[in-house]
Amino acid sequence: MNNTSVMEGSEAVAVAVKACRPHVISAYPISPQTHIVESLARMVAGGELDSQYVRVESEFSAASVISGASAAGSRSYTASSSQGLLLMTEVFYASAGMRLPFVITGVNRQISAPISIQVDHQDTMSLRDSGVIQFYVESSQEAYDTHMAAFKIAEDPGILLPVMVCMDGWILTHSYERITLLEQDEVDGFLPPFQPVNSLDVNDPKSWGSYAEEDMLMEFKYAVHQAMQSGKKRMKEIFTELAQITGRDHGGLIEAYRTEDAEFILVAMGSVTGTVKEAVDELRSEGKALGLIKLRCYRPFPHEDILNAIKGARAVGVMEANFSMGSEGAVSMDLKAKLCGQKDAPLVVSFIAGLGGREININTVRNIVEELEGVAGSDVPQLEPRWVGLNTDILPKGVE
Amino acid sequence: MSTQNLSNDQELFVSGHRACHGCGMSLAVRHILKATGKDVIVVTPTGCLETFTSPYGYSPWRVPWIHHLFENGPAIATGVVAALKAQKRESERVVAIGGDGSTFDIGFGSLSGMLERGDDVLYICVDNGAYMNTGGQRSSASPIYSSTTTDPAGKRSLGKLQKKKDLPTIIAAHGVPYVATASVAYLKDLQKKVKKAMGYHGARYIQIDSTCPSVWGFPSDQTLEVARRGVQSGMVPLFEMEDGEVTKVRKIKKKIPVEEYLKTQKRFKHIFSDADGREEIQTIQALADSNIERYGLLKKTAPQDAEVQD
Ligand SMILES: Cc1ncc(C[n+]2csc(CCOP(=O)(O)OP(=O)(O)O)c2C)c(N)n1
Ligand code: SF4
Ligand SMILES: [Mg+2]
Repeated sequence: MNNTSVMEGSEAVAVAVKACRPHVISAYPISPQTHIVESLARMVAGGELDSQYVRVESEFSAASVISGASAAGSRSYTASSSQGLLLMTEVFYASAGMRLPFVITGVNRQISAPISIQVDHQDTMSLRDSGVIQFYVESSQEAYDTHMAAFKIAEDPGILLPVMVCMDGWILTHSYERITLLEQDEVDGFLPPFQPVNSLDVNDPKSWGSYAEEDMLMEFKYAVHQAMQSGKKRMKEIFTELAQITGRDHGGLIEAYRTEDAEFILVAMGSVTGTVKEAVDELRSEGKALGLIKLRCYRPFPHEDILNAIKGARAVGVMEANFSMGSEGAVSMDLKAKLCGQKDAPLVVSFIAGLGGREININTVRNIVEELEGVAGSDVPQLEPRWVGLNTDILPKGVE
Repeated sequence: MSTQNLSNDQELFVSGHRACHGCGMSLAVRHILKATGKDVIVVTPTGCLETFTSPYGYSPWRVPWIHHLFENGPAIATGVVAALKAQKRESERVVAIGGDGSTFDIGFGSLSGMLERGDDVLYICVDNGAYMNTGGQRSSASPIYSSTTTDPAGKRSLGKLQKKKDLPTIIAAHGVPYVATASVAYLKDLQKKVKKAMGYHGARYIQIDSTCPSVWGFPSDQTLEVARRGVQSGMVPLFEMEDGEVTKVRKIKKKIPVEEYLKTQKRFKHIFSDADGREEIQTIQALADSNIERYGLLKKTAPQDAEVQD
């Protein structure tokens, strides 16, 4: 297990996927996802990876191919970003409803317009309601590890849902990091071959994707929700099992970083959590009781763990690289909803930060904390999100 | 997913489904499966076929069957093929059966990708010339001057003004080994073509003219007669193409004027009540004649290399 090398984040993902021995991989290019599927293509071309690699004509087909392959009993995988993920949206809903357990890397990138290729979380978070389980990672090492867990979670007979591992485009996919790899026998021990509960098979013909009306559709939807909810326990077990093999514990559905006795807590996801941790350390050394909740799992929403970790805090600042137009950041909405009616609930403030790749550094975090402290005393519900670092000089005339 | 009660019945598509009386498509599907045998996995995009065969808990399919979405039938089929290959399940084959809306229009990109890659799928379009599952809206497979619910005939409208998209030719241009057209009027011929297509590997395509009494507007006991007239008038040319060349055609025994076909269906009624209707009928007749000419559907016009078949 002491196989460590420096590699690009995309390469780390490709190496992880390869170790998981997928039968079927589909690929359609979009930045910044491309290096992952190119790397897998080279492995197949070089004979290192024995997978069916399907070069599709769109992301819609990329997601559909792995859905069909999954229904036929094969472990399957694809990766995409941004517009590509949105194009796949309809497929995700259907495949979650049909309980098809494939894995996809969601390489985070903003959504047009304006067009840009920079990172934020709008793409994957727009898939929130589809029934796809979503994990977010801080580092490429965590991306590597989480892909292993993702297949096992997806294929768990009590879960059986697509799983998306979300990682920040460029920041993780295109930067080099020291990655410690597992030996193949360790991966094989952790992740045995896919044993589908049901599959398309001429010796046991079944019908899939049937029509269900008002007398049973709700039950199908409820079952997906329940698979996620009751699956939380299983997900944590799987993460623990993996941590025992790797020796690296990234946390369960959240990582609570220095939240004990914290007066103020930030919530963040993805690579920015590295920066936030540094800021927390700095501010702690200056005497501020600050902590961070790194949201590793966005769907299912781990509100039990979050509520537990923020108990006693005065205010929670949610840093969001997404925005629900006409409302606020999506994580704040979840959190506020779960806190509503709870005794001594802390104030929750939505900070929109990092859209379209706008830099978030330690000073940005310091400013957020300062603002959070400022409003915390007032006890006035924070209904409006706060846009961090908005340059009002370049807003069109008339926009306040 | 629903389990089926398996009987020893030889039929692979059994009764009890919810198609309209006289539905040509259900007849076609039954005969497709007779020809493929039981070792196939069937993929069906959204449409009448999916709707009338899949109320949860019931299924007329005696082969494994999957419906996913409307526009991804070919890609789902490709995924199943890839899985079979990865699992070395060589004896199982994949057949996709989709409507004209999903095939000609919304799933066309997916289909083109599947054809270009040469994935080992027999794709069958059960073509009823409109979006029937949603009530008979226009598709690019609707025949010229047919009245559809989104392109209805009216005081200022003759219905659809464009010709049916020539999909078999477009598909053949992808370089696939086998393309054929068939009709529910000639079920033996249909079965033969399906069997032949199953003899090839790679992407193959069959387009079946599937009568729809409910939306075309004719009595349900006329389904075979209407289909037969489509063929006999030259409006529905039946041919096979191998490696891009027309190799066989089904000859018209006794050519009938297109009117004999058109007047059987309400969707063409307006061109008979219209004073200018003669012109439209002539246009359609010219199209049928050009089909006859192009494919050599009458004995005397058969191209040299095309095999004559009765
Ligand atoms: C993306 C999407 N758009 C539209 C629909 C609605 N829809 C379902 S079936 C159908 C028509 C199917 O037409 P066709 O493929 O010709 O099959 P038919 O019902 O005529 O056999 C339509 C428009 C849908 N299910 N999905
Ligand atoms: S509407 Fe037409 S195609 Fe659909 S089931 Fe009825 S007859 Fe068959
Ligand atoms: Mg149709």
